[in-house]
Amino acid sequence: MPVPYYVSPEQLMRDKADYARKGIARGKSVIVLEYTDGILFIAENPSATLHKISEIYDRIAFAGVGKFNEFEQLRIGGIRLSDLKGYSYSREDVTAKALANAYSQTLGNIFTAELKPYECEILVASVGNTTDENELFHILYDGSVTDRQEWVAMGGQAEALGAYLKEQYPDSTPDLKNALMVGGSALGSVGEASSPSVEQLEIAVLDRTRPRRKFRRLTDDEVKKLL
Amino acid sequence: MSDKGSDEPVRDPTTIDYLRHVDQTDSNPAKDFLRLPVHGPGSSFSELLKAHAQPRDPLVTTRLEVPEGTTVLALRYADGVIVAGDRRATEGFQIAHRSIEKVFAADDMSAVAIAGAAGPAVEMVRLFQTELEHYEKVEGERLTLEGKANKLSQMIRANLPAAMQGLVVIPLFAGYDESRAEGRIFKYDVTGGRYEEDDYHATGSGGKDARSSLKKRFRHGLGREEAVTIAIEALFDAADEDVGTGGPDLMRGIYPTVAAISSEGMVELPEETIRLSFERLMAARSDEMTTSATHPVDVRRPREEE
Repeated sequence: MPVPYYVSPEQLMRDKADYARKGIARGKSVIVLEYTDGILFIAENPSATLHKISEIYDRIAFAGVGKFNEFEQLRIGGIRLSDLKGYSYSREDVTAKALANAYSQTLGNIFTAELKPYECEILVASVGNTTDENELFHILYDGSVTDRQEWVAMGGQAEALGAYLKEQYPDSTPDLKNALMVGGSALGSVGEASSPSVEQLEIAVLDRTRPRRKFRRLTDDEVKKLL
Repeated sequence: MSDKGSDEPVRDPTTIDYLRHVDQTDSNPAKDFLRLPVHGPGSSFSELLKAHAQPRDPLVTTRLEVPEGTTVLALRYADGVIVAGDRRATEGFQIAHRSIEKVFAADDMSAVAIAGAAGPAVEMVRLFQTELEHYEKVEGERLTLEGKANKLSQMIRANLPAAMQGLVVIPLFAGYDESRAEGRIFKYDVTGGRYEEDDYHATGSGGKDARSSLKKRFRHGLGREEAVTIAIEALFDAADEDVGTGGPDLMRGIYPTVAAISSEGMVELPEETIRLSFERLMAARSDEMTTSATHPVDVRRPREEE
């Protein structure tokens, strides 16, 4: 009979975390920025159909980095949870906080209970009536949640992007054009190309001036016109 | 004491079921949603709901008297389609509600107008709206107009047992088909049968009267304004002939709903426009009725507007 060898829980968790972090670091990045009328999402994504950014509910959007099949699963789950809740109760009862909590529980369970942790990081954003009422929940591969403001950078180059945004994000909330420029130049500062072309980016907003569903994708032409 | 040994905790028999219940329902119901998209209900919201909802109460065997919506109509015009409905709900010979809404946006590009048992009809619309939005979000693209019409057909079919008990829901579905660049109208029967109408249709208790009115006035390639006038006239005619259909309620300022769907999306007409349109119509008709020497109180068709 083979002797079961002992691995300390610390070692086990460290290995899993390293594994997840490495997986995420291989992927491309997503930046989320608050602007005057809402929240802007910019993802490095050459594909026009496999989205990293998506609508979840009226005011809530989702962004994921890492392994596509894993965060896609979480995205669809989030839409299901939200639609079911909004249908059973009322549309106002669907909150980003509850959704972030569900994601955090799920990712936490997977991280501890399963052999392979999810190699993804997600962001749940909800646009409020004012910038102060915006909510940004950044959820990591192990289920830990942080409540963020102003900007969030996730994915392969998260650290470098974070350092850039910390310097460059304006003191007062920028308008859409400025937020786009800050985001674009942040991605340019870490990539090989000086600034990524619009076709290489997936851009969407949660715009509080829109009627019910605040989420909208910006087309390449719109972005070019804005810049 | 049981013979299983002392490590078996003694449970209060009244709590066992409760504990078991908690054990069976996953303590984290979110887990299912978040982890099984492939084996789950796909992009259909009604399938998802079926998997998680309580079974429905068995229906009673007697026929139920519930509030009913009365007249709704749709007609095509050059840029799309007009959908309209009166605002009355009846319960037998009583007025159940004076300002019920019967025309609903299913999404940006289509609308459902309901006639029949108001409760199940409004619920069906809510489910249909959620279904369309759910599909769009999960799949990343909208259903085609054809797909939406078929989905609604299945939902009406699922309502058949309730319909046998008198809770009949017969919606009218109309929308702008982006691939064909035109408005389209679908009517249904109680079994979910789906029939596309070429030009116009009206349903509900005053449906026949509204259809007769539309039949005389409809022409191909109508402008939006003309089409709205015709819709309002048809509703007025239905209210004139059918006790269940509500006309314009001048005292309370309640007017029928009229919406236009074109490539620009769905626009609900402002109440002021509808009110003016009714006033013009009534002025024209009352002129005609009061000035006629031969038929002082006859209800005749008004002269064609020049």
